[in-house]
Amino acid sequence: MKKQINIPPTAVPVIDEVDERVSRFSMSRRLLSRPDLGAFAGVVLVFLFFGITASGTGMFASDGVLTWLTVTAQLMIIGTGAALLMVGGEFDLSVGSMIGFTGMMIAIPTTYFHVPIGLSVIMAFVVAMGIGALNGYIIVRTRLPSFIVTLASLFMLRGLTIALSIVFTNRTIVSGLKEYSDDSIVSWLFSAELFPGFFQWLAENDIIQSLPNGAPSVSGIPMLIVWAVVIAVIGHIVLMKTQVGNWIFASGGDANAARNVGVPVSAVKISLFMTTAFCATVYSACQVFEFGSAAADRGLLKEFEAIIAAVIGGCLLTGGYGSVIGACLGALIFGVVQMGILFTGAPNDWFQVFLGAMLLGAVIFNSSIRKRVTGEH
Amino acid sequence: MTMSIEITQEPPTHEDGEARLLIEVHDLVKHFGPVVALAGVSLDIQSSEVHCLLGDNGAGKSTLIKMLSGVHIPTKGDFFVDGKPVNFTSPRDALDAGIATVFQDLAMVPLLSITRNFFMGREPTRKIGPFSFMDMDFANHVAREEMRKIGIDIRDPQQAVGTLSGGERQCVAIARAVHFGAKVLILDEPTSALGVAQTSMVLKYIHRVRAKGIGVIFITHNVRHAYAVGDRFTVLNRGRTLGTFSKQEITLEELQTKMAGDKELQDLSDELGGTV
Repeated sequence: MKKQINIPPTAVPVIDEVDERVSRFSMSRRLLSRPDLGAFAGVVLVFLFFGITASGTGMFASDGVLTWLTVTAQLMIIGTGAALLMVGGEFDLSVGSMIGFTGMMIAIPTTYFHVPIGLSVIMAFVVAMGIGALNGYIIVRTRLPSFIVTLASLFMLRGLTIALSIVFTNRTIVSGLKEYSDDSIVSWLFSAELFPGFFQWLAENDIIQSLPNGAPSVSGIPMLIVWAVVIAVIGHIVLMKTQVGNWIFASGGDANAARNVGVPVSAVKISLFMTTAFCATVYSACQVFEFGSAAADRGLLKEFEAIIAAVIGGCLLTGGYGSVIGACLGALIFGVVQMGILFTGAPNDWFQVFLGAMLLGAVIFNSSIRKRVTGEH
Repeated sequence: MTMSIEITQEPPTHEDGEARLLIEVHDLVKHFGPVVALAGVSLDIQSSEVHCLLGDNGAGKSTLIKMLSGVHIPTKGDFFVDGKPVNFTSPRDALDAGIATVFQDLAMVPLLSITRNFFMGREPTRKIGPFSFMDMDFANHVAREEMRKIGIDIRDPQQAVGTLSGGERQCVAIARAVHFGAKVLILDEPTSALGVAQTSMVLKYIHRVRAKGIGVIFITHNVRHAYAVGDRFTVLNRGRTLGTFSKQEITLEELQTKMAGDKELQDLSDELGGTV
């Protein structure tokens, strides 16, 4: 049985054949559409640059490496959260204030009210993630830009941190946490150094440098770095290999489209805000246990550093595209350049110039990548 | 002069060969505050049919399909799926009942790969120990296979949907709905933004979907597109049905007139020599 469909005369009846105007995708093109490609190139560049200019300054000696790895690890922790959230289509500007706030939440209850340190840490995590959830809830309910909502949180949290510190302790720096935290599990969890024996052995065999007193210049792998690697690996796997990861991409790429096919967009976004809050708390816990103190102004501008790492790593400001690996590479670039400038003895102001230029370059590069991926012109 | 596309009509594939009633709605009413968007619409959809929903802007087409797909909750009226009354409160309910909607935005994210789009919201998972992962190999395989069935030469299922043409995207969206077991497929103006070749690609595909026993609700402005693939036509005007007509009962011109609200467009058409 045949049926006639009448269509206007300009129709081309055969459309199934390969359109010769569409070039085939080559491997190189696929590689080029990876979000983290630019960051990878950036890493190679900064290592080449400082490998030449900072050779002989100790930047690549074991303790030098540890200094820039520490900066990198700190930024990896909050950068991973920021990257996931940006892929999910939102920003969190309250990360820096959250670092100050949770630091105080760990320090004050223990030093002034003798709350067990473990409980203080758990409370800090719970409250931080609660605030993250509230940020997310307000954003999904009001559909206001997360930029504005979390900017409000930035000021409120910072203000609260200072005000409450003064109310409870009459000061904005709380120290003396060490005597409460020594030997506690949480202290180990956030400030231990792993494999001291191995580093001792390395020093004894002159593989790494020793201090004049014979101790190795690096006494172990700080838990900060362990946290950074664990968070980044989990973040990467969740984003790329799980159902939730697909939901994050979909929510950020087009929230309406995602909702229409049954993706729980609101839940995804709220969870992502809780994740950035969690990451901020890990950051502050590592800092508090390392220094044995907390300060109300900790974490200043860290929200921007986290976003910069994510953007250098290929995250689009509009969401739906980006990678955790990229954010980690962005953090590495950040760490190497910040410390590299110190090692080479150049004035530190140049770091900010470089950072701004790098950010601008990354954004321009990303938008060209985006055009390539979507075939827009 | 018109050129024609021949479409081989395959016999319906469902068991009894008889058309089954899939959806029935009676006197559906929807108010948005003081605004009456729908003032009582009745409609039924059978298996293996393309039921075209025609009407001018503001006729209530969008409101109607949003109720059928669970986006809006009707103010009044009866809604039956497979003869059983239903009350959808979310798009998920409609999907679970086998009613899939391809909205104009296609629910596609241009930046994401075909695979990730195809399985968006319904990702296949695989357990490794206590952890559940998205089964990417399987998803890529299915996406490639489904694209091949549509006749899209897929270069790489991981390429972004943004690289596909408008017609291809439309077909991918339809294929996705069919793959996930749609019994009723609601297509919201699938041809409105397409060129001629792209349109014929989509119309052909609609025809193939119908042959699988699926009931298709085809919303369009374009009477020609509707008449090309439609079995029955329901015309909406100002929130009411003007009637449902089978293809035998009505000509293209009559349908055009009905849709234009019987008057102005016909006059205009006469003025312009019958070309509107």
